[in-house]
Amino acid sequence: MLNERTKAKLVEVVGSANFQDSSEARLVYSYDATPNFQSLPDAVIMPENKEQVKRILTICNEDHVPIVPRGSGTNLSAGTCPTQGGIVLTFNRMNKILEIDEENLTATVQPGVITLDLINAVEAKGLFYPPDPSSMKISTIGGNISECSGGLRGLKYGVTKDYVLGLEVVLANGDCIKTGGKLAKDVAGYDLTNLFVGSEGTLGVVTEAILKLIPIPETKQTLLALFEDMDAAAKTVSAIIAHKIIPATLEFLDQPTCEVVEDFAQVGLPTDVNAVLLIEQDGPPEVVSRDIEMISRICSEGNAVSVKVAASQAEAEALSTARRSALSALARMKPTTILEDATVPRSKISEMVKAINEIAVTYNVKICTFGHAGDGNLHPTCLTDARDKEELHRVEQAFEAIFHKAFELGGTITGEHGVGEMKAPYLALKMGGEGVAAMKAIKYALDPQGIMNPGKIFAKDTRKRVVVRS
Amino acid sequence: MTTTKDIQQAFKERLDYDELMNCMRCGFCLPSCPTYGQTNQYEAASPRGRIALMKGVVDGLIEPDESVEKQLNLCLGCRACEPVCPSGVKYGHLLEEARDIIQQKKRHKWPVKALRHMVFEQLFPHKERLKNVHSLLAFYQRSGLQKAVQKTNILNVLPGNLAQMEKTLPPVLTKKEMKKRPFLFEAEGTRERTVAFFTGCLMDTMFMETNNATIALLQKAGCKVVIPEVQTCCGALHAHGGEKDQAKKLAKQNIMAFESIQADDIVLNAGGCGALLVEYDHLLKEEPEWKERAAAFSAKVKDFSEILLQQQFVEKQKLSLPSQIITYQDSCHLRNVMKTSSAPRKLIQAINGTVFNEMENADHCCGSAGIYNLTEQEMSMQILDYKMEKVKETHAHTIVTANPGCLIQMKLGVVREGVEESVRAVHLADLLLEAAESK
Ligand SMILES: Cc1cc2nc3c(=O)[nH]c(=O)nc-3n(C[C@H](O)[C@H](O)[C@H](O)COP(=O)(O)OP(=O)(O)OC[C@H]3O[C@@H](n4cnc5c(N)ncnc54)[C@H](O)[C@@H]3O)c2cc1C
Ligand code: SF4
Ligand code: SF4
Repeated sequence: MLNERTKAKLVEVVGSANFQDSSEARLVYSYDATPNFQSLPDAVIMPENKEQVKRILTICNEDHVPIVPRGSGTNLSAGTCPTQGGIVLTFNRMNKILEIDEENLTATVQPGVITLDLINAVEAKGLFYPPDPSSMKISTIGGNISECSGGLRGLKYGVTKDYVLGLEVVLANGDCIKTGGKLAKDVAGYDLTNLFVGSEGTLGVVTEAILKLIPIPETKQTLLALFEDMDAAAKTVSAIIAHKIIPATLEFLDQPTCEVVEDFAQVGLPTDVNAVLLIEQDGPPEVVSRDIEMISRICSEGNAVSVKVAASQAEAEALSTARRSALSALARMKPTTILEDATVPRSKISEMVKAINEIAVTYNVKICTFGHAGDGNLHPTCLTDARDKEELHRVEQAFEAIFHKAFELGGTITGEHGVGEMKAPYLALKMGGEGVAAMKAIKYALDPQGIMNPGKIFAKDTRKRVVVRS
Repeated sequence: MTTTKDIQQAFKERLDYDELMNCMRCGFCLPSCPTYGQTNQYEAASPRGRIALMKGVVDGLIEPDESVEKQLNLCLGCRACEPVCPSGVKYGHLLEEARDIIQQKKRHKWPVKALRHMVFEQLFPHKERLKNVHSLLAFYQRSGLQKAVQKTNILNVLPGNLAQMEKTLPPVLTKKEMKKRPFLFEAEGTRERTVAFFTGCLMDTMFMETNNATIALLQKAGCKVVIPEVQTCCGALHAHGGEKDQAKKLAKQNIMAFESIQADDIVLNAGGCGALLVEYDHLLKEEPEWKERAAAFSAKVKDFSEILLQQQFVEKQKLSLPSQIITYQDSCHLRNVMKTSSAPRKLIQAINGTVFNEMENADHCCGSAGIYNLTEQEMSMQILDYKMEKVKETHAHTIVTANPGCLIQMKLGVVREGVEESVRAVHLADLLLEAAESK
């Protein structure tokens, strides 16, 4: 609980309407989209501007109150679950697009802007902001930056970090710094911008961001290729890239995933084949046609049983929207859906998919796999029931095996969802002891009291990932 | 104290825990929730938040205190969160159950009790009394009940608004005119279908002319229309207001009434009622002797717009109106539960001489939501004002709705904006008949 003095100081900063500590408010900010994590904060604060954020952080730093910054709480690594109590800081009152600069091709935004709102606003001006996480209808730019989110267009266009030019960040002690800016070139000192991107709210609070925009691609075509054999699909992915074509999107769905997605979205996804590739190319019409033709040929040569180009914009749109709903649609099958985010070099996709299926058999759990095949970012998703403790234990073991395998293949434990608290025990696997120590040195230099989103990224000790606390 | 414990126990026993677990907290439903939007994106006023609150009570993480109740009350029950939920969470059923529990366990202060009794038991199940609704309103105001109710602050019934609302009421037919209506209407031309007409309570009293228009349209489309005499109120107000037992009683009466008629479809023109009718099977799921009969009933229920389209009304009938811009406000229940959204639009677009302008967020609730505009006035008016802004952007002269509650609300919106001279709100059936008759 916050002591009365701290509470009074915080209320003075934001006003009582923007400070909530009713049991109701604490409950509804006790979770995010990560299954099995829930823990009540002491209060929820909704600052309206940078000044308020500065004062809030100063007070919390003095009084040792943990701060959990939160966008829309759609992250999948328990990054906004207040497991150490403290305050949840939300940004829905800081949700303005401050500027779209058509000369410098930048957008300046507050952290609470919804990703899709930004995308729509810039597209209305003929510009393009490529990072498009499947959650874009609801995720915030602040959350995207802090998780370094990727999306369906990541293969060709990169992820959020490739579009953050500058940040305004309030540090734990209340200092406000600006990194980067509208400059296309800027190498003055350390690249702090990139340090904060993906820092999951553990280094400071992002209060403003300058984002890079690019001209919008002229056209787009979508293609669906079906395979009887998962391995053939995976090999086709490698073949496409080996032919020096970089599609805008190259997504993979296995049979069970297709089945549930189709059940939800009803867009004509096949449900009787073992693997589906959803491929998109954009750019000038001639290039798109040439690439799509080439891709069709590679798919056929790779033993696709059917290759079909979407006839219309609407049909293409429906397909990618359906793909975006994959995770939530899988949640229809069983009460608890645990999604993982293992990433391997793309040449190893086929090996990884095979390993996931073997691991599922070994531990007797149901795993559906889909993901951004083009960039090696797979989402093995386990359908289970949190009430079945015994099964949950096997799920744990299966995921541990998956992480080890991914690492063995030269991969990583997360490609876009962040470490958060869920994957903290596995960070050392990827970084090694020295790597973790270097990260911790940075963390404590910027946040000596450890108030910024404590318990995230760094595990206190290696313990079970699944916790439910009240 | 004990009430809280009782409520918690009942939540544990009666809320479908699998359904609560099905919510994987992805947040996909948040953008479509009007109350989330209007509260500056406050999680507790969102579907995900409300599900978490219900689950929190079951899990013992929080008490079912007034703030939980307040959030559940603030929900419009518009169910816009359901079609967008990829996990398929049946939010509406959870809400209905939770509200029913709270209502049953709550000890209301007497004026509230009296009002609830009047609305749910004395008024809506009795059509002949509803026909006197104006005198009832007068009774409510004169009896002192209104003053007492206002003092409790539970039903924030502001006279100002009621007065405004009164202005929106259509001229009610005389009792004699109401009695005059026959129960059987032959199809015009060859008879292709026989449909049983569900009259509804409000629709058949305050909006009786709209019902008559609907019947006329169905006739023109080649339908023989039968009105089962012993039908009663659909029970939607009861089910959503936490009076489930009463709703079940009404459902059974209706099932019996319509079983006596061999009709191809059960047709109506009020999305709010229709949504409950198509879910009678869910409502009666725990009564084995009724389940199947309810399912058979529900399977036949259709909005009149679907029937008109299916009967090729627009091909059979020349439709035209003086030049005007028309926009359509979805009835939430028609859209989200009965899944009818394109038929009304297609019918409107078939009217010669008019321009159809889709308004932004036409699928967002108008804030009427049963008696929500009485119980949650502030939020309701906030939502309505937002809605009217969207209407304004379409430059519409005519706002079309497909449900009596929405119609009253949109009329209220027109009054609030002070644009009665240039904008009107009409029911789709009235508009279509006008278009069919205008030569
Ligand atoms: C169905 C579904 C699909 C998804 N698909 C994708 C996908 O395709 N690609 C992908 O990358 N992710 C995906 N995600 C994960 C998630 O949506 C992203 O990580 C998203 O960027 C989170 O945004 P948010 O606004 O919800 O942030 P939150 O979840 O609220 O926060 C995320 C992290 O950012 C921190 N944070 C938030 N705002 C600030 C700020 N202003 N300053 C400092 N720290 C801050 C939080 O502390 C937390 O650590 C998906 C999630 C779901 C539920
Ligand atoms: S969309 Fe469905 S699963 Fe997702 S948070 Fe809303 S109710 Fe839960
Ligand atoms: S029913 Fe409507 S108001 Fe209620 S939670 Fe769902 S979308 Fe929001």
